Amino acid sequence: MSVTISFNNVIKKYNDKPVISGLSLDIKKGEFFTLLGPSGCGKTTLLRMVAGFNSIEGGEITFDDKVMNRITPQHRNIGMVFQNYAIFPNLSVKNNVAFGLKNRKIPKDEIERRVDHILDVVQISQFKNSMPENLSGGQQQRIALARAIVMEPNVLLMDEPLSNLDAKLRVDMREAIKLIQHEVGITTVYVTHDQEEAMAVSDRIAVMNAGVIQQVGTPREIYQRPANIFVSNFIGRTNIVERSLKKVDSRQVLIMDEHYQIDIDNITLPEEEVIKVSIRPEEFTISDTQEGMAGVIQHSVFLGINVHYTVKLSNGENVEVTEESTLGEPLEPGTEVKLLVNREKINLFHYESEKNILEGDSYAK
Amino acid sequence: MQNKMAGRKDIWSAITLGILLLYALVLVLPLFTLLKESIFKDGALSFEHFGEFFGKKYYYSTLFNSLKVTVAVTLASLVIATPLAYIMTTFKIKGKLYLQILILISSMAPPFIGAYAWILLMGRNGVVTNFLSDVFHITMPDIYGFSGILIVLTLQLIPLIYMFMMGAFKSIDNSLIEAAESMGYTGFKKVWKVIMPLMVPTILAGSLLVFMRALADFGTPMLIGEGFETLPVLIFNEFTSEMGGNAGFAAAISVIVVVIALTIFLLQKYITNKKSFSMSALHPIKEKKESGIKNVVAHLFVYGYLALAILPQLYVVYTAFLKTSGRIFVKGYSLDSFKAAFTRSGDTIVHTFTLGLIALFFVILIAILIAYVTVRRRNAITNGLDIISMVPYIVPGSVLGVALLLGFNNKPFLLSGTATIIIIAFVIRRLPYTIRSSAAIIHQISPSIEEAAASLGASNLKTFFKITLPMMLPGVISGAILSWVTIISELSTSILLYTVNTKTMTIGIYTEVIRGNYGVAAALSTILIAITVISLLIFFKLTGRKEVSL
Repeated sequence: MSVTISFNNVIKKYNDKPVISGLSLDIKKGEFFTLLGPSGCGKTTLLRMVAGFNSIEGGEITFDDKVMNRITPQHRNIGMVFQNYAIFPNLSVKNNVAFGLKNRKIPKDEIERRVDHILDVVQISQFKNSMPENLSGGQQQRIALARAIVMEPNVLLMDEPLSNLDAKLRVDMREAIKLIQHEVGITTVYVTHDQEEAMAVSDRIAVMNAGVIQQVGTPREIYQRPANIFVSNFIGRTNIVERSLKKVDSRQVLIMDEHYQIDIDNITLPEEEVIKVSIRPEEFTISDTQEGMAGVIQHSVFLGINVHYTVKLSNGENVEVTEESTLGEPLEPGTEVKLLVNREKINLFHYESEKNILEGDSYAK
Repeated sequence: MQNKMAGRKDIWSAITLGILLLYALVLVLPLFTLLKESIFKDGALSFEHFGEFFGKKYYYSTLFNSLKVTVAVTLASLVIATPLAYIMTTFKIKGKLYLQILILISSMAPPFIGAYAWILLMGRNGVVTNFLSDVFHITMPDIYGFSGILIVLTLQLIPLIYMFMMGAFKSIDNSLIEAAESMGYTGFKKVWKVIMPLMVPTILAGSLLVFMRALADFGTPMLIGEGFETLPVLIFNEFTSEMGGNAGFAAAISVIVVVIALTIFLLQKYITNKKSFSMSALHPIKEKKESGIKNVVAHLFVYGYLALAILPQLYVVYTAFLKTSGRIFVKGYSLDSFKAAFTRSGDTIVHTFTLGLIALFFVILIAILIAYVTVRRRNAITNGLDIISMVPYIVPGSVLGVALLLGFNNKPFLLSGTATIIIIAFVIRRLPYTIRSSAAIIHQISPSIEEAAASLGASNLKTFFKITLPMMLPGVISGAILSWVTIISELSTSILLYTVNTKTMTIGIYTEVIRGNYGVAAALSTILIAITVISLLIFFKLTGRKEVSL
């Protein structure tokens, strides 16, 4: 039933202005694949090209090697879930879900059976005969999901399906979506600008910016080994600092400040000395000893599990540091501290190209 | 992300082309014939008709008359409608809900009934005139001519600007007012420096509508103008003159009228484009209960206006129940006028319903289709269709009547004298308004609803009929009622096109007034007003709204 989707050098233009120029990507059968990026990065455009609502100006999109470019949305056998749900307000819940099946001239009793089953799966059976206007946003989104998957589509497309829901419901619904997707096993393309949501639901994620895919990988890969500075900044929070990488004796050493240096081994030394270093707030530790980068606490924010500190380094740079909260008050502003860096987890980038220069792990695959 | 379907050929392209062809035939062709007639004489290019018009005072004075009436009516309507809307928005007025409805009803009643009513009251033999001269020996100034037209048209058109203004006042956020007050702007200064500038686009749009209506109005100057002829009256007289109408000359005057209307239309568009901004109010202005002299003046103003707008028409209804002897009213009450109306003019009631309902059907059908393609399939062709469909907005009814008669006077399109030509006139005159309101409804429907249907395998037509149309329906029905009300009160085009077999109630009333059969005219007017009021009450009931946008 479900298919692989291939993008082969795909081009999209609006009024002769290219917004996507030559994009290639493969999405595996049954995979939950997310297009992630800031607004205007082309992710929704790309999704709507898969759906057939946007024309394709160059290259091709294939489902299992079948070229889709000229096929209308009606004939692509897709299921689509929209940001505003797009529930038909003039039809009851049951008739919304049965809308596509009726169009296929499927026998009445089979429609009934399939609708009942899918309403069970998305857990809205009790609203079967309600009109949509009486239902909450979360319930409407479940209808939209049921309406799409009851068709047993080759591909399930979701365009920011959770962005109109409130924060708590969003978390509940993304669990539900993930669960249901695994149960039915349809190749799914999901669009969101929320990186946490992307990581929660996806098998793999493509991070996009300005119409170009920056990195494709599992949530862990793109978080731990971002391919470039953009990904590193967009996924989670991070501090980007400029430091030099030097060869000292036979070792490669990252010079954090005059008293604190870190050995780096999984790297071939670039020609330039100066590189960019991405250190996430949680990869700093406030040291108990005298070892570490010298800094002064500027201010702190208590957030329950963690405390966020802004620390001014000796060279005047401010960095964000996250520490697990402990009993008692956070450190006072003005306190002098030493910061240790978790050597394994930081990422190093080429100064000009801003590409990751670390070797090992799987980011390069 | 908006041009998703643009350029794709589907069933809607065919529908667009079909409607475009229809427009070319029933609107563009007649208007070109009109233009041709105006600049050709005896087969040769000649501007003699225009020369004749501008050469004789009797002719060109009508141009000044029309401009005088139009400008005066527009200004007077603005001067009265602005405080009216302001008071209705910001003051607590007793019985406001009913006042709103009455104001709207007063605007939907056929305009020439207003003229007729004022003649009954203040004409040479009017009750007020007679009363004043008998009791106080005061001779009233003459109601006929400019002053009569001004009074009747102004009272008729105030609600149009009023409705525009009410909408705009509602979109002003109260915080803007509060911000102004906190900076020391209060009272008149607040209204003049803060609120009125926000209303400028609305005032311009409303004024344009009033200007067009006043310029095009035929029934009022015809009935109450007497020697004071306006352009539409001149067109009618020249075209239907008993000494063999002069089509070419009437066509030339028509062209002049259209040029004036077009100039004003473009001017308004130009200014509006420069001044436009959009507002939406999270917290609309709330009405306040005022006390003392302010409160009394506000109430007097609103009730006084409404009395002037409605009482004359009520007097017409009253006279319908008076006993008549021949052509004059006598003491006592009876239903004789109604009996006479049904026996002599019963067929006009039937014609009004049959022609009106058929026209209404086509208005709705075509408006929905045009609105759909212009909103959802924006491209050069649908834009063209949008523009063509708006042309009747600036072409006065009498001009359209002349154009249709000239265009369809010969085979293969010999339509003059048929019901078809009247229906065509009704449909193209009403379409601009209905297309606008339908388009507004479609704009409220998210395109993703249709994409959802497409993704579920439904064809374009199926999506339209199963999803889009049912969602539009409530709005379309209420729009249809308003169309119906305006269609049945149409006079300026049908008076040129009608025959015995297609005579409608409005024409019936007009001819009875001209003949002096005031009883029958009053009875027919009463029936027409009753149909209008009942239709509007259904509209209010269905929509739960207190306002109408044309």
